[in-house]
Formats: sequence, structure tokens, C-alpha cells
Amino acid sequence: MAEHAGTQGPGPTLVEDRAILSVRGVSKSFGGVLAVSDVTFSVAPGESVGLVGPNGAGKTTLFNCVCGQLRPDGGTVVFDGRDLGRMPTFKRARLGIGRTYQRIEVFSELTVREHLLVAERSHLGDGRFWKDLLNLSAPKPEERARVEEVLELVNLTDKADTPVAALGLGMCRLVELARALVGEPKLLMADEPSSGLDTHESRELGEVLRALQRERGMAVLLVEHDLGMVGQCVDRTVVMDLGEVIADAPFEQVMADPRVRHAYLGTKV
Amino acid sequence: MSHFLGFAISGIPYGCPYALFAVGLILTYQATGVFNFAFGAQAYIAAFIYMWLTTVHGFPVWAAFVLIVLVFSPGLGLILDRFVFRNIPNTNNLAKVVTGITLFVGMPALLPIFFGSQNLQNAPSILFNINNVYFHIFSTPINGAELATMVVTVVVLVAVVVLMRFTPLGLQMRGAVESRRLVELDGVNAGRVVAVAWAVSSFLAGLAGVLLAPLQYQLQPTQYATLMVGAFAAAAWAALRSMPIAAGVAILIAVVSALMQGYLPTGSWIYTYVIPSLPYIALALALLVVPGLRSIGESTDPLAAVDPPPPPPMRAIRLPILDRIIRTLWYVLLAAFVISMLTWMPRTWEDVFNTGLCLSTVFLSITLITGMGGQLSLAQGTLAGIGAFTAAQLANHLAFNMLAGGLIGALFATVVAVVLAVLSLRLRGLGLALMTLAAALFFDSSIFNQTSITNGTTGLALQKSWVAPFGFFNPNEHDVFIMSMVVLVITVLVVNLLRKGTVGQFLSAMRGSETAAAGIGINLTWQRILVFALSGAIAGVGGVVYSIQQQAANSADWNYLYSLAFVVIVVTTGVSTVEGAIQGAMGYIVTQHILNAYLPTRFNSLVIVGFAFGALTYARHPEGVLEYQKARSTMRWQQRVFKDRIAAMPADQQAMFLPAGSVPAPSVRAAESG
Repeated sequence: MAEHAGTQGPGPTLVEDRAILSVRGVSKSFGGVLAVSDVTFSVAPGESVGLVGPNGAGKTTLFNCVCGQLRPDGGTVVFDGRDLGRMPTFKRARLGIGRTYQRIEVFSELTVREHLLVAERSHLGDGRFWKDLLNLSAPKPEERARVEEVLELVNLTDKADTPVAALGLGMCRLVELARALVGEPKLLMADEPSSGLDTHESRELGEVLRALQRERGMAVLLVEHDLGMVGQCVDRTVVMDLGEVIADAPFEQVMADPRVRHAYLGTKV
Repeated sequence: MSHFLGFAISGIPYGCPYALFAVGLILTYQATGVFNFAFGAQAYIAAFIYMWLTTVHGFPVWAAFVLIVLVFSPGLGLILDRFVFRNIPNTNNLAKVVTGITLFVGMPALLPIFFGSQNLQNAPSILFNINNVYFHIFSTPINGAELATMVVTVVVLVAVVVLMRFTPLGLQMRGAVESRRLVELDGVNAGRVVAVAWAVSSFLAGLAGVLLAPLQYQLQPTQYATLMVGAFAAAAWAALRSMPIAAGVAILIAVVSALMQGYLPTGSWIYTYVIPSLPYIALALALLVVPGLRSIGESTDPLAAVDPPPPPPMRAIRLPILDRIIRTLWYVLLAAFVISMLTWMPRTWEDVFNTGLCLSTVFLSITLITGMGGQLSLAQGTLAGIGAFTAAQLANHLAFNMLAGGLIGALFATVVAVVLAVLSLRLRGLGLALMTLAAALFFDSSIFNQTSITNGTTGLALQKSWVAPFGFFNPNEHDVFIMSMVVLVITVLVVNLLRKGTVGQFLSAMRGSETAAAGIGINLTWQRILVFALSGAIAGVGGVVYSIQQQAANSADWNYLYSLAFVVIVVTTGVSTVEGAIQGAMGYIVTQHILNAYLPTRFNSLVIVGFAFGALTYARHPEGVLEYQKARSTMRWQQRVFKDRIAAMPADQQAMFLPAGSVPAPSVRAAESG
């Protein structure tokens, strides 16, 4: 049975009642492999939660279940009071779930600014093609302003007109982050954002995430192998191993947990 | 009962080549990851040369068989592997499909150039005497060709299954499709394994071609093409995995077809509409219900990340002054073209250019769906035909004005495109290509060949009154040019507005990453349906204006082979730009006219061969080899002529206006200076 954050403060029920994201009993298997097994946890509004675990723990599968890219075999995902059920991915995004990806997913033909403009527009709904035909779909000044603001936030202003195909891995991760942020999500789900970044870049990214969470009141769910970055960014850490949640508590506490040490290091409990 | 078995058994010999085709397809796919669209073309080429040697030059059958089936066909497979498919990264699935289609269209077009126009008939059977009936099964006579087909098919199927399942080579082949790099890490020469697979599958294509030839009176390329698509259906039902299932389904399709022909009255709608389309319906159903097919063609290579990313499309970034000069030149050229067409242009050439303009509109539908939407549709010619025949029928029966009826035709084409999009929602890449191909073949064999709809091979001749009830339209004056030009300009405007608008941006995002596009809130389903609908409408309009220009709506203009050829042409000249579509259409029509007018008949297909050669570079130049060359020349010219202007720019801007590789990348510069 996983320890719940509620043991460190308000009770579990209270946390879940006001949670922006509540995952209850979610399971997902591929053939005979149970990738995620009866996982339950929640994220409060404005809270930053780390989701860590060794490779194959089921973190990305869980992310995909929350975002709608995979359909869970069982359990419920409630976001901002709405059961996401069979809701498709794009509708979940419009509700306010922003996401970055473990494997870089950028739009190779677009520039950095175009990435953000597309995300800004798509967040508001489908484009009206008749507006395109009447040449009425140019970005509005307020849309441009929001895009410039996010570009500045992630230090990409000087690369705004560069095609992403010409950017390195670290820059592409920032583009993904900016693209997720431009829709002003209520919950940002970042899947290994420091992968491919050096120590300095990772620390900077961690600071950006922390600042976003504090200044914008945005909840963050962070999957990360760089435990230093996790410690720097999160209020609470959920640890998964072999598809199950094995700990859910503040970072220092879970790092001291023998089960977590066993999962990572294989030492006997 | 004996009737039933008699009908059923009569279908088996015709199912055997289907079975060989299907097994060959699966063998290639399992060993190389390539769904070989060119398989039918390889079979046709083998049959053609075999018949040419035996019936024209009197070669002994055994010698022709050895030369064609045992030497030429495997050699052709090795050539395709070494010089074509090995150069395509394993993960670039769209390029593999486009290349297969290109070979399918281009290879048979080479034959008349080398061998002249041939009317090949009465192919000899490779094993038994075709004129002898060796025995009867339930009153069904089995002649030498049929017996040879069945015996050889059984022997070959057993041999191939044994090869794949019980030999180390078979194991290596199955491993190579998953990841060539992984099997190489285990010490296997993956290149050799893949080459052997190509040789064996090409041998099967040659064998199937030579076996099929005696079953038909006269050699026709379309028979091999349709047979191949029937084999696609059998391979699809086997999820491209099980050879015995594929062979069984192939024979089953032929048997069911024979039974239906035996029992159903010839005038019934099933006889008319379903039997000719049975393989295509089977293919479409397989794509809808066989779960493994939804992701066919998608790479499962765990080491796929080793592949470099696809090259970014070559794009010329022009200096403002050069941009102004080129734009001005284009406007001058356009004005000169319009003035020439309205004044001194000879009638013959005016017709040629008008045809090109009308076809440009059809090609723009490919720009929209493939270039912008990233969806490979092989039914754009069919959609154009739907528009044309709807308008012509409305004019014929309801006295609708052809232009007004054209709008209804375009609407009807849109509806068909939307149905196709909805049916294909879960399909990507190869699956979508196959579904649209099945739709095109269904219309060809069940709708477009109905005399009541298309007036058969003669087509529906356009009457002047259909277009001009008030006498304002005279097809013998410049009215056709004005109509074609107006329609094309409007279509260009529509495509360009969509491209730079929200729809274009969303489609661009989808081409980059569907996962991320959905993740930022783009409704992929709606965008796919929208792009299908818009491209269907444009194709429908193109079909209508083309028919008005030709003064006839003819099914021969819109058969599926044209749909495939259109894709090959646009891919060569530039699938992502409006200019690419127009250059493709004009280039095709003008070159075809010159070849027809000035060279012997055997060289008529040279234009298709030329475009096919261009399309073979798709993996390296997805922007189109013509667009690539244009962009490269522009950048080089810019570098030479505007050297001083570029040198005066800030250092970080200079690289934008110079050809790739002419200045070191910023990181290299920084490293050198540091």
C-alpha cells in the first residue's frame, strides 16, 4: 500500500477533494505485461509533484493514460473535477493539461515562434477554415504578445524564427516546454525534460519550472531521472516501481525510504 | 453438390497466382519491411519478356524460363534492393510506399521503349501442354496451364514456408525486418539477408507472372496490376505475417468469385457491382477489421533513433531584391502566357496548355492532401472522375448547366472523400494508401465501367448546350482557356490561403508529430476529414473542367493508374508547393504532346519513365527533386550575384542566404574561434 501525501498534512480525502488531478486505481497492461497496476495519487492545484522510478516503472505509460494517448484498462482519471473517461487527447489538452515528451516531439517544419502560435490557436479550439479562406486568420496582437511573453520566459526569443530542425536537443526540449506553456495549462506534465541537457541547463530548467509553478500557480507533474532536479522542483514525490506506487511523500522522506532504495539500488530492505 | 465443387475448383487455378503474389509480398515485407507495390510490375515484366522470347523469337520454353524466372527476376530484385530500397532509411515509411508506387508505374513503361509496341498472345505453359485436358475434377476440365499453375504453386509455397520457418536464413530474414542493426550486432550480414529476400521474392514475382500468362489469351498490364491488388487483400487478411493464411485467402477469393459467377444471374446487382470488386472489397474490409494492419508500415526498429532525421526540405531563402526580381519575372511570364493564349497561340498548343491548366487543378488536390495534409491518397483521379461524371449526368438527364452541375459534382466528390476519410481514420501511411487504392479500384471496376453512368469506353460526349445554354460559352474559342485559368487561379488562392492560415499550420503540426499535435489540442480526426473533403472538392472541380476541356467525360481518363501516375508526377515536381503541382501538370502534358508528335510511338511512355526516375529520389528530396534543384540553383546564383550584399550583413544572417554547407555551422565557428 502506497504511502499517501496526506499522511504528511491534510488527509487523503481532503487532498483529493481539491485536487486538480486525481488518479484512482489506474491499471494498464500490454499483452501479459502489467505496466501500470492500480495506481492512485493526486496533485493539488499549484502543487509540484515528482513522479520517479527506475526504467520500466510505468511512469510514461501512466502519463499517456492521463493525457489520453493510452486508454487505461481500469480506474479513473479526474481532472479539475471532470472524469476524463474516454475523452480524446485534444479535449484534455483544451481543458488545461500541457505536456512535454520523453522522446522529442516537435513539428519539424515550423519555427520556434510558429510552434507557439499553433499551440496558442489550437488551445482555443479548431481553426475555422472559412476564416482562412477569407484571410482572417492572422494571429491577433494579444496572441502574438502571449507568444513573445513565453519565448522570453524560456529564453528562446533570439531563436524565435529558427526552424526547430536546426536546433539541438536541449533547445527542442525548451521549445516543447514553451509550446505546453503557451496554452496556460492548469497542469503541466513534463516527461524527463532534462534528458539530453547538461547539468547547468538542467538546473536552469528546474528553476524555470519552479518559478512557473510559484508565479502562475500552475500544478506540475514531473517525471525525471535527475533526482537533483526533482529535489529542486517538487513539493512531493511519488515513486513507482514495476507499475505500482511504492511511496508518496516529500522528496527527502521518499529518498530515505528503504523500498525506494531497494527499487533503485537493489539493496535488501 | 458436384456443380458447386465444379465451380469452386474452376477458381483454384486463378487463385494460385494470387497466392504466389501474396506470399511474395509477405516475404518481402517480413524480410525487408517494404510493402512492395512494384510486385505486379515485376511479374508483368517477367511475363512480357518470357512471351516475347517464346512467341516472337521462338526461344525454347525451358530456356526462356531459366533466363527470365531464375536469372532475370532475381537479378531485378537485387537491383531494386541495392540501388533503390537500400538507400531509404528503415523508418521513412512514406518514402518506401512512394518508391514502390513509382516503380509500379515506371517499370512497365520502360518495356515499349526497349521492345517496341507488342501484341503478345498465346503464352506457352512452362510444364504441361496447354491444349491438353489432363483430367476432370467434378466435371471441371483441368488443362496443362492450370495444372502447371497448381503444381508449381503448391511446391513453391511449401518451399518458401520451410525456408522462412525452419532455416537459419529464414530466421535471419524475420529478424532483419525488426531491426537490421540488431541482427548485425549478432554477427549476421543483414545486407546479404535482405538481398536474398529481394532475390527470392522477385523470383516469385517472375514465376507468378510466367504462370499467369498462359491463363490469359493476351498479355495486359492491367491484369497484373489488378491481380496484385487482389493479392494485397490476401496478404492483408494474413496481417502480412502468415504465408499459409495469405495463400488460403487468395485462393478463397478466387473460388468465391468463381462460385458467384456460377450461381448468380448475370443481370443482378451483385454480379454487376460486387464480383468485379471482390478483391478490393476484401482489401478494404481487411484494413478495417484486422487489428495488426492499423500500424502496418510503422517501423518497430528499437535502434531507429540511429537513423538521421529526414532531411529538411530544401528551401531557397531569397534576398528581398532577388525576391522582387523573381516575382516580377513570374508576373511578366504569366502576362505573356495569357496574352499569347488569347492572341497568336496555335490552336493545337492552346489545347495542350488548356489540358495542362485543367490537370493542374486536379494536381493541386494532391498538394493539399499529401503535401499539406501528409496523407497519401491514391484516389484523387477517381474523385476527379466522380465530379466529372456527376456533372455530365446532371447535364445529360436533367439539363443542368455543366458548370453549375460541376459544383454538385464537386460536392459529390467531397462526400465520397469524407466517407473515405471516415473509413480510414485509424489508418496511416501504407494502410491509408491501400484503402484509397481499394476505393479507386472499386470505382473503376464497379461504377466507372457501367455504361449507364459513363457510357462505357467511348465516354459521355459533351454537348455544347450543356455548358452554354445561353450561348456565352464557345469551346472552340478562348472560353475554355479563360474558364481553366479562372478555376486554377481560384484554386491556387484557396490552397495558398489554407496553407498560411490556421488549417495549414495545424496540418503542418500534424505532419511533424501527430502525438504532439493532439497534445496541444488539435483535433486530428477533424483535420483529416477536413483535408480529405477539401481535396475531394478540388479534385472534383478539376475533373469537371478537364471534361469540359476534353469535351467528353471518359472513364479512361480517371482510372486508378492515372491516380498513381498523378502522385508520381507531383512528387517529382514538388508535392508541397502550388508551383510543383502546376509545373507537374504542364510538364506532363507538354512533354507528352511533344513525344506523341515528334517521336515514334514506342517512346510515348518516356514521360512517365522520366517522372518516375524523379520520384525515386523522394527519400532524399521529399520537397520534390525539381523544387530541390530550383532552390539550390537560386541559392547558388544568389551567392554569386549578390556576394557583396550578403557580405555586408551581420554574420548570423549570412548563412540564411547562402547554399547549405558554404559557411560553417555556428557551433563549428564558435569551436574554431574558441
